[in-house]
Amino acid sequence: MFSIYITSFIVGGLICVIGQLLFDVAKLTPAHTLCILVVTGSVLDGLGLYEPLIDFAGTGATIPITSFGNALTHGALAEAEKHGLIGVLTGMFEVTSSGISAAILFGFIASFIFKPKGSV
Amino acid sequence: MVMKGLLTFPSTPSIVATGVTAGPLEKKSAFQAGFDKTYDDERCGLKTNEQGHSKLMEDACMIALSKIDKVPSDADFLVAGDLVNQMTPSSFFATTVGIPYLGMFSACATSVSSLLTAALLTEAGMSKLAIAGSSSQHNAVERQFRYPIEYGAQKGAATQWTVTAAGAAAVAPYQKGLPSIERGTVGRAIDMGMSDPLNMGAAMAPAAADTLKRHLEGHGASASDYDLIMTGDLATVGFSLFKELVKNQGITEFENFSDAGMEFYGNNPDFKAGASGAGCSAAVYFSEVYQKMKDKEYKKVLLIATGALLSPLSFQQGETIPCIAHAVELTMK
Amino acid sequence: MDKEKYAKLEQEISPKAPLLKNVIKAFLVGGTICLIAQFIALFYMTFFDFTERTASNPTVATMIFISMLLTGFGVYKKIGQAGGAGGAVPITGFGNAVVSAAIEHKTEGFVLGVGSNIFKLAGSVIVFGVFSAFLVALIKTILVKMGVVSW
Repeated sequence: MFSIYITSFIVGGLICVIGQLLFDVAKLTPAHTLCILVVTGSVLDGLGLYEPLIDFAGTGATIPITSFGNALTHGALAEAEKHGLIGVLTGMFEVTSSGISAAILFGFIASFIFKPKGSV
Repeated sequence: MVMKGLLTFPSTPSIVATGVTAGPLEKKSAFQAGFDKTYDDERCGLKTNEQGHSKLMEDACMIALSKIDKVPSDADFLVAGDLVNQMTPSSFFATTVGIPYLGMFSACATSVSSLLTAALLTEAGMSKLAIAGSSSQHNAVERQFRYPIEYGAQKGAATQWTVTAAGAAAVAPYQKGLPSIERGTVGRAIDMGMSDPLNMGAAMAPAAADTLKRHLEGHGASASDYDLIMTGDLATVGFSLFKELVKNQGITEFENFSDAGMEFYGNNPDFKAGASGAGCSAAVYFSEVYQKMKDKEYKKVLLIATGALLSPLSFQQGETIPCIAHAVELTMK
Repeated sequence: MDKEKYAKLEQEISPKAPLLKNVIKAFLVGGTICLIAQFIALFYMTFFDFTERTASNPTVATMIFISMLLTGFGVYKKIGQAGGAGGAVPITGFGNAVVSAAIEHKTEGFVLGVGSNIFKLAGSVIVFGVFSAFLVALIKTILVKMGVVSW
């Protein structure tokens, strides 16, 4: 039970290290880096590898952005299993809706409250 | 002499007054003692960053005019620019003061290109009083060229910080005992294939070296003639590269060389390689450098303002960064 | 000096990113964010009717909420500066991208500013996520139909 806290920290940290290498070694912008990670998560789920990673690392696998790609693919696959090809289209946001709706909601609310500040 | 971008001003127009304003972070600047006015609020108490940007420039202009007991209607020309899209901060300020206005874009080299233009108008006898100036506001510029202000992108050591500052200079026919504009060199747009918008010093250094070379050779001067040769906003990385390039031109003594962007925030590591922005060189040239000339500490200085002529679009389309550097030579007789 | 020679000189003089330091910081910051999320998941599992799997949704939403506060108070950009990818890769970085764009464009109004720019940075992640999910799911579905693989 407690080991999940250790694996979460380590796996989450390692995914970020891959991101940092893409920043510093491959000289990619943050946007390019995040897109690559999302696509990676999606492909890993297609290969059936991401769900075992979530079982192993908990939030270490669900919090990094790779999880977003995984969740999109997972939703699509689950619906495809039920309804065939059309499910690929309809199932995509089945799992990820909470992340996107939270981001839109909180982003919009933040714009009522906050102003950007050019501090160091 | 009229040739290849080299300018001489036989009537030596004088800078009769200057005004410099700066934002809250700039109170920490190494040059802050020379600033006429600083604000506690980065938007100067106004609603948007762009309005604050306009206000900065307006106040700098009004301060310069008030020092010579003039009002905007006494001025013949306003030559000013900034970095925001179609230079709306400068244009809004131009509507407020109502001075006949030439918008000037040379990115961060606008301080010198506007000063040169004002001097040319004065030299031609078309202007008795011209205001030259440039400005930048951190939030307004960074949001356009980089990321939203609150976005947590990691800045590398070569990144520069856009200053919130404005500088204005009032140019009039020669007056005794004031710094005067003797010569100048209009830069060539130079592109050495640099494409990293987060390392603009490296992109701009070749333009500065080219303009220095052309100025010295064209006017038959040598680097040691000057008490100060100050580039605009190369910052630490760009300034090191600039020195390497200048060494190839046979100049080995760098005692009198300096860079406004590199010195602007002292050695504060929060600002990475140093300062940049159209307000950076203007704020330093028109405060510290101008004052030291008036105090006769400097008799002859060469100011080479540098600008990176990129746009967010050109960067996204994978283009390299064309750069410019304009030089002006000030003397104190 | 030609472009090639200058590029070489620029490489020599421009400071290199301190790779090891950056990697360690990314690991620590990213790991810590995931660890915090694990505690939040524990909270949802203990006090609400969530399982280990279903707790992920409220956890993600909570992390984005925290990210909103940190972004608004100007803290997240410091986390991003210190942690690099450690701040950008977790879902809080996604939240930071959305929230920072939203508050940045408030001055252009809620419709033309906030509404149209909120996904200025995060949009590409959604587009690439959706497109790759579509391709992957499509390929897998076809392969299953052909009997090459099973669900």
